[in-house]
Amino acid sequence: LLRSSQPLTGPNRRRCREDEQLLGTILDEGERGFIIDTRSAQAAKQARMSGGGTEPKSCYPQWRRLHRALDRGRPLQESFARLVEACSDPALSMERWLARLDGSRWLSHVKAALSTACLAAQCLDREDCKVLVHGAEGTDTTLLVTALAQLILDPSCRTLEGFQALLQREWIEAGHPFQLRCARSASSHARGKQEAPIFLLFLDCVWQLSRQFPLSLEFGEQLLLALFDNAYASCYGTFLCNCEKERSLCKVKESTHSLWAWLNQPEERHKYLNPLYSHNPLVIWPSVEPQSIQLWQGLFLRWIRPSQHLDEAWEEIQRLVEGN
Amino acid sequence: MEHIRMPKVENVRLLDRLSSRRAVVGTLYLTATHVIFVENGSETRKETWVLHSQISSIEKQATTATGCPLLIRCKNFQVIQLVIPQERDCHDVYISLIRLTRPVKYEELYCFSFNPKLDKEEREQGWKLVDLNKEYNRMGVPNNYWQISDVNRDYGVCDSYPTEVYVPKSATAHIIVGSSKFRSRRRFPALSYYCKGNNASICRSSQPLSGFSARCLEDEQMLQAIRKANPGSDFIYVVDTRPKLNAMANRAAGKGYENEDNYSNIKFQFIGIENIHVMRNSLQKMLEVCELKSPSMSDFLWGLENSGWLKHIKAIMDAGIFIAKAVAEEGVSVLVHCSDGWDRTAQVCSVASLLLDPYYRTMKGFMVLIEKDWVSFGHKFNHRYGNLDGDPKEISPVIDQFIECVWQLMEQFPCAFEFNERFLIHIQHHVYSCQFGNFLCNSQKERRELKIKERTYSLWAHLWKNRADYLNPLYRSDHSQTQGTLHPQIAPCNFLYKFWSGMYNRFEKGLHPRQSVTDYLMAVKEETLQLEEELEALQERLANLQKSQSGNNKVKSRQQDRSKQFGLYSSNNSLANTPQEYSNDLKSFPSRSPSQGDEDSALILTQDNLKSSDPDLSANSDQESGVEDLSCRSPSGGGCLPSEDSGKDSDEAVFLAG
Repeated sequence: LLRSSQPLTGPNRRRCREDEQLLGTILDEGERGFIIDTRSAQAAKQARMSGGGTEPKSCYPQWRRLHRALDRGRPLQESFARLVEACSDPALSMERWLARLDGSRWLSHVKAALSTACLAAQCLDREDCKVLVHGAEGTDTTLLVTALAQLILDPSCRTLEGFQALLQREWIEAGHPFQLRCARSASSHARGKQEAPIFLLFLDCVWQLSRQFPLSLEFGEQLLLALFDNAYASCYGTFLCNCEKERSLCKVKESTHSLWAWLNQPEERHKYLNPLYSHNPLVIWPSVEPQSIQLWQGLFLRWIRPSQHLDEAWEEIQRLVEGN
Repeated sequence: MEHIRMPKVENVRLLDRLSSRRAVVGTLYLTATHVIFVENGSETRKETWVLHSQISSIEKQATTATGCPLLIRCKNFQVIQLVIPQERDCHDVYISLIRLTRPVKYEELYCFSFNPKLDKEEREQGWKLVDLNKEYNRMGVPNNYWQISDVNRDYGVCDSYPTEVYVPKSATAHIIVGSSKFRSRRRFPALSYYCKGNNASICRSSQPLSGFSARCLEDEQMLQAIRKANPGSDFIYVVDTRPKLNAMANRAAGKGYENEDNYSNIKFQFIGIENIHVMRNSLQKMLEVCELKSPSMSDFLWGLENSGWLKHIKAIMDAGIFIAKAVAEEGVSVLVHCSDGWDRTAQVCSVASLLLDPYYRTMKGFMVLIEKDWVSFGHKFNHRYGNLDGDPKEISPVIDQFIECVWQLMEQFPCAFEFNERFLIHIQHHVYSCQFGNFLCNSQKERRELKIKERTYSLWAHLWKNRADYLNPLYRSDHSQTQGTLHPQIAPCNFLYKFWSGMYNRFEKGLHPRQSVTDYLMAVKEETLQLEEELEALQERLANLQKSQSGNNKVKSRQQDRSKQFGLYSSNNSLANTPQEYSNDLKSFPSRSPSQGDEDSALILTQDNLKSSDPDLSANSDQESGVEDLSCRSPSGGGCLPSEDSGKDSDEAVFLAG
């Protein structure tokens, strides 16, 4: 599984021998690979006008390109804001609620993200083909797809340790611009152009996986909520800045504490574990039918719905498992 | 058997709803009670059994090159798509099924031929499992305020009521009879639930025949009697569960609702729950959404909203909450009615009772609740669920809605119910299956005339026997959620109502969470229990051995390789997990739909004795199998290898071997 950003083909259909060679060496003689472009075919074509573009078939003959349009940036932020608004509106009738849930399109984004990740995973696992994922910048939807695909495919990413390593590798070090994306969240009226809840979308998809495979993730909802919180505002330096270069310039490692270090302390760690976990060596294929995708109430209704009864249920689950 | 033109058709294809590429070939059989599809070839000979009673509609579709398609829709939401090679055969099957699924006599129904091989006494015992007399006693009646009345002993007053009803002490036979004449279908106010703690009660009836100005002294006295039976309050609520407009329209037909001016000390309240026709259409629209092929999220949410289904569920729940509050918090008695007092009234009374009394949240209590508010009070099972061929306008998912309300509550209060989702689904299944006699006919009177108890078996005994499958592992009788009244959040709470895919997509296993937390926790609980028992036994043995001095120092430590057990569990699970079609581009993928696992679990209703085609042996055919093989729930005893880290588990037993 590979990731990159878009090739700078531009309006003049530039070529780059080195890039073609690089992609050529990845595949064996006669082997086929897939490029999953997270933009629609039309958007990818239009990108040429501003210097970007796609890999032309003639130059990359062994690679077959698939387009899966995933929303990013402004539309995603709007979607998030609308959902949060709908959740906090107490006076809605049932019909209005469903209409606004639908109108926010958040769940559609979840479905699309999971489907694309599954597609990538399917190429790798079922077709034994190599996959390259990119969007425009390679810092948003690209990372969403590659990180999710690894969770689906690799049981070691589903352990607490493995998941942290996945986040570190596929989001933090890969250069997702946290500082720009997670500036003000949904309620802010001053919506910056760069603001977008891609990381939250990732966490939502992980939550969907945990709902469909409740025994297969070593961590629970509490971890996902903690990650959401810390991405926006944190006592720790882990999610600071936009890339490794900035972190190095700001001397983040020397001047701040790591979130992982704190989470992994024995007295903290157990809060984030899933008592139902048992190692599942197989690939976990989620269903992306609408009935299978649910609103992440623990996050979106966190301060609105009383969680007492559900907390009690979790305590009971823990009690049963520990008693054993 | 005379209705069966074609008892057997070969080379029939059974298609998967979501992936038309995936089809299995087999033989179709028609018997007097079932449709059976047997797969060719595979070693396990997978069979799909469907009771005729479960079939809601049959659609013969246009013949294509591959054959003649037949679509069977079931009342338990299973959808079966068959393709029969010859058009003539398909037509014969179609005609036969049309007749078989529209019985005209009760004797045609499966419950009269179903034979679970129990003797006469066991059958009787089964019927005695739920005893309403005991239930009323448990509630605390008869007492100073309530008495049992046998005025209806020959069904002379109201033929849809039971022979014995509870009425206020001051309600004489004269008052009861007079009141019954002023009520639709003669369904006079009677006790549904009595709250020992504060003497408040829930009573139920039908609408008064008040028209615009009619009055009836006895009916007014009846309501007064109900009020007097609760000394703690000086008024009662009268709750009409219809929308105000409908109730007012009824007045033009000489019926209507209670006028606060005529009835002293009542507070009247409308709680608008729509009628059976609206509900029937609502369900229909929702099922259409479920049948969409590859719907987008928008298609689904819009379809759900358009059906209005969750809105109706919430309306029923809100009514139940209002009544429970009135009884528990205000200590005020409530009289509930709708039009005829056998649909919405039943729903609302049973939801309220469930909220008020933790007994009804136990397995036994739930059975009792259904017997009381649905069966004994004359809910028209035959008309509503089509036991026999009848007026399609009478069909409506009334009890389905109640069952869904219970599920919604279970999702909000996971520790509060002794039973699990499967229990609810199986009860719904049997409302339609006619495999047992509990839900036949329209009233107690009709059931007695047909001698149901002597000729059929009780569902409750069957469920009780298998109760281990229906337990909720999170239930503890001493848990705070299982005490007292349940208080669901009132507003905002729309988001608390979820689409019940476990029911409406019941047979599409791929849509549901692929691992069952309930089953896992039940296995954990069982194992813990067994380990504890073993520990006890071994400790006893140790004590005995120590007493009887032994110089032999051979020590064997027994380890339970726990991870191995649960590893077995989860790996069996994963077999059912295959990727669905995420893409149409990649035609070379051996992709399957989520509804088909490797076990083809979606459509299996298997039984253990597969070899015989005798339908009577299909005692378990109603059970949904294809659930992951839980035989790995092996007792933790048995020869396990000692493991490396033997020091860790503190529960290990050490014993001296002689």
